[in-house]
Amino acid sequence: MSNSVINWFKYASPSSFYPLAGRLIPYFSLAAVLLMALGLWLGLFVAPTDAQQSEGYRIIFVHVPASWMSMFIYCVMAFWSALGLAFNTRLSGMMTAALAPTGALFAFLSLWTGALWGKPMWGAWWVWDARLTSQLILFFLYLGFIALQSAIDDPRRADRAGALLALVGVVNVPIIYFSVQWWNTLHQGASVSLTKAPSMAHIMLLGMLIMALGFWAYTIAMALKRVRCIILERELTSEWIKRNALD
Amino acid sequence: MHWTSWQEFLTMRGYGLYVWGSFGACAAGMILEPLLLNQRWRSLQSRLPHEKDDV
Repeated sequence: MSNSVINWFKYASPSSFYPLAGRLIPYFSLAAVLLMALGLWLGLFVAPTDAQQSEGYRIIFVHVPASWMSMFIYCVMAFWSALGLAFNTRLSGMMTAALAPTGALFAFLSLWTGALWGKPMWGAWWVWDARLTSQLILFFLYLGFIALQSAIDDPRRADRAGALLALVGVVNVPIIYFSVQWWNTLHQGASVSLTKAPSMAHIMLLGMLIMALGFWAYTIAMALKRVRCIILERELTSEWIKRNALD
Repeated sequence: MHWTSWQEFLTMRGYGLYVWGSFGACAAGMILEPLLLNQRWRSLQSRLPHEKDDV
């Protein structure tokens, strides 16, 4: 391979990804803090009161980013799983495992903030509607993935079993996304769409998108931090760690 | 700025429980997760062959 081409496969090895992840964490952490501070300021102080929902609508600034991230993280897990099963790379399984707890947190926060939004607007904390039920299934898929991985002692076998669950479960993500179109649901339609103009004020949209970017940076920072822990846990006795620790 | 008082901001015109319950849960989760990860990281550092802050 010519020298001008970056050798991406280099970073598929835990020993070379480990220091790279360590260098990236501070940048993503800082970006997360700054973006979320800006998003909160826009969402709580700049965005105007909603004509229909008064101040109750402000839950949107955490509910939508948390829901988006919960779906997106599961898709990324499925991507790493497919890569891991196809190329048998060790790092893929580690990345999948590193993302799952953060995804579970966001799925939980999506349900929690949704319940707190549903009560004042619909009069119910919970309804068995297509959007809410499929999101609950996503939360259970995350918990199932974590339980399955921790139930298998051999990490490589745990990775393969988890990868299969992540790939089968990813079919739920489009179901969540399109549930508001496919079924009659209490949940409102998509707030943001690529095909039509946004249905809300620009400043509200901006605040929500900046919060989403902040959640994104947070997720990357957490996943990188956790993957470093996982690499250490799994390779504690390997030569490169001993060698580096002695330097 | 459309808030006329701190009181209004804190009560969110009657939606305080719901809005702060949502923001509070997110803050709690997103503060607790990095703290737990740091704890896991520190306990791993002490198990390294030779104690070092970073490898």
